[in-house]
Amino acid sequence: MNSIALPLLLPFAIAISLLLVRSDKLSKWVGPLGSLAMLAVAVYLNFQLQQNGIMTLNTGGWIAPFGIVLVVDHLSSLMLMVSALIAFVIALFANRNLTEDIPMSRFYFFFFTLNMGVNGAFITGDVFNLYVWFEVMLLSSFVLITLGKKKEQLEGGIKYLALNIMGSMLFLAGLGLLYGKTGTLNMAHLAEILRNDHHASLMSTSMVLFFVAFGIKAAVFPLYFWLPSSYHTPNIAVTSLFAGLLTKVGVYTLIRFFTLFFVQDQTFWHTLLLIVAGLTMVSGGMAAASYYETRRILSYHIISQIGYMIMGLGIFTPLALAGAVFFTIHNMIAKTGTFVAAGLIAKIKGTYELKEVGGLYKQNPVLAILFIIPAFALAGFPPISGFFAKFMLLKAGIDSGQYLITAVALLTGFLTLYSMIKIWNEAFLKKQPEEKSQITEVKLKIMDYMPLAILAAASLLMGLFAPSVFEYVMQTGDQLFEPSAYINAVFKK
Amino acid sequence: MEILLAIIVGVLYTAGVYMLLRRSIVKFIIGIIFMSNATNLLVFLSAGLVQGNPAFVNATTVDTSHLADPTPQALVLTAIVIGLGMVVFILALKYKYFEITGTDDLDQLKQTDEHS
Repeated sequence: MNSIALPLLLPFAIAISLLLVRSDKLSKWVGPLGSLAMLAVAVYLNFQLQQNGIMTLNTGGWIAPFGIVLVVDHLSSLMLMVSALIAFVIALFANRNLTEDIPMSRFYFFFFTLNMGVNGAFITGDVFNLYVWFEVMLLSSFVLITLGKKKEQLEGGIKYLALNIMGSMLFLAGLGLLYGKTGTLNMAHLAEILRNDHHASLMSTSMVLFFVAFGIKAAVFPLYFWLPSSYHTPNIAVTSLFAGLLTKVGVYTLIRFFTLFFVQDQTFWHTLLLIVAGLTMVSGGMAAASYYETRRILSYHIISQIGYMIMGLGIFTPLALAGAVFFTIHNMIAKTGTFVAAGLIAKIKGTYELKEVGGLYKQNPVLAILFIIPAFALAGFPPISGFFAKFMLLKAGIDSGQYLITAVALLTGFLTLYSMIKIWNEAFLKKQPEEKSQITEVKLKIMDYMPLAILAAASLLMGLFAPSVFEYVMQTGDQLFEPSAYINAVFKK
Repeated sequence: MEILLAIIVGVLYTAGVYMLLRRSIVKFIIGIIFMSNATNLLVFLSAGLVQGNPAFVNATTVDTSHLADPTPQALVLTAIVIGLGMVVFILALKYKYFEITGTDDLDQLKQTDEHS
């Protein structure tokens, strides 16, 4: 099963060739085509997964648990596909939206190394290897966020970097303690050891360090402050890419760790996760409501939505985990969609300030429709993707008697709706403010709509074909809840 | 020996946190370096220390239990390299920021958080 290494080798090869060639013209083609190839690889791997079950690769021929093992299970494969789709869409978007001061070849070099880090984090079965992929991803994102070298980008970059480096160190410290206690770093081996372990309290130090580290990356409640103070500074293509991928890698690792081997002391941890989830939802949603700048609204809104994913993990039933996975992929697509739409609004009007724009519904009904699909998907309107994802989470919450968090999740839905309707009203319905109407407006070409159209279509299709998506994520949820298949696959039992 | 290293880890973390909380960006970076080295030492210590028995095995080695565990050593090598890369990047970023703004004061970094 050597094809498992392709999601890593492909972006690596592309990045290296971009470094050697350094042609901006060529990069314009390599970006979208390369990410399309990644998507093809991800779909091929998923096809293989459906045929053969969970696939593993012992790198360097060292058998598990001694070597680094790469694992593609249902969750990994799904995340690979969605992140490759996001990468493809962002490549199309970046081609039209990168400003002169950002050289294409340099952007795409870090774009592909970022994707390599993200893919690596999704498929690795080794804790230290996960740390390495996190660092690959982080270093690329540090460069991407400061690529324009403007004052506020550097400032946002420093804030982003400060908290994320702290997160990495806590991750490494947790990993060291974990190795000291168990003597292994292989996730399946850890699961074998820790799932039968009755000295739960010994694991708490590692669990806390990992939770804080991934909490910073995933931007959960008391640890999210780096996100809203940096995400609105870089080029909109970079922001959209980060919004779609980075925090979700944090959520993915939280789900992976807290289902596979950190399952001790469940009452305490699940309560904590639920509290954090509720506070994340509410504080993100409230903050989003107070801004009038699209990128800031949407940045806070990312945080609010992370709460739902953590909620699924905290309820911890197969349905809740499936709901969390469904919500994650829906959110990656819809969130990127709204950021891309914000970029297009700014492209036409020249500003992200909602108070200075208006009248877009009459001027550009196509954009209005393309915005409303991901926006309503986020707000949870049927029949778009978000409705089913939220429905699963709420149903799981009621089934397991977690009424409080379910109520919070429902009420946060109104905050989401408020934010989306605010953008809709201000940018599309309201008349263009008089004093600003002299600005020359840019006409969009068909290629400008492409990225948003693809994301809107994906969101809509996920809603219309919800039963098949549901079947897949339920399988994922069962696998996460009872990971013996994962463990057996790694040890080739 | 382990006790001594454990104390050093603690001291480095303390110094690192103290430096992180200073107002100067350079001191902040020094804090990052301290904490990164403290973490590296912690990982190095994780399997315990074995003196004078590196993990070299040949065909005649029967019992490996008295040898030092090579995994944390491999881990810490990787972590040092990564930490170095991070510190170099943050120094470059700080330099660029200083070139543009001429300030080393963390309190000046308020612009991206201001409510419009």
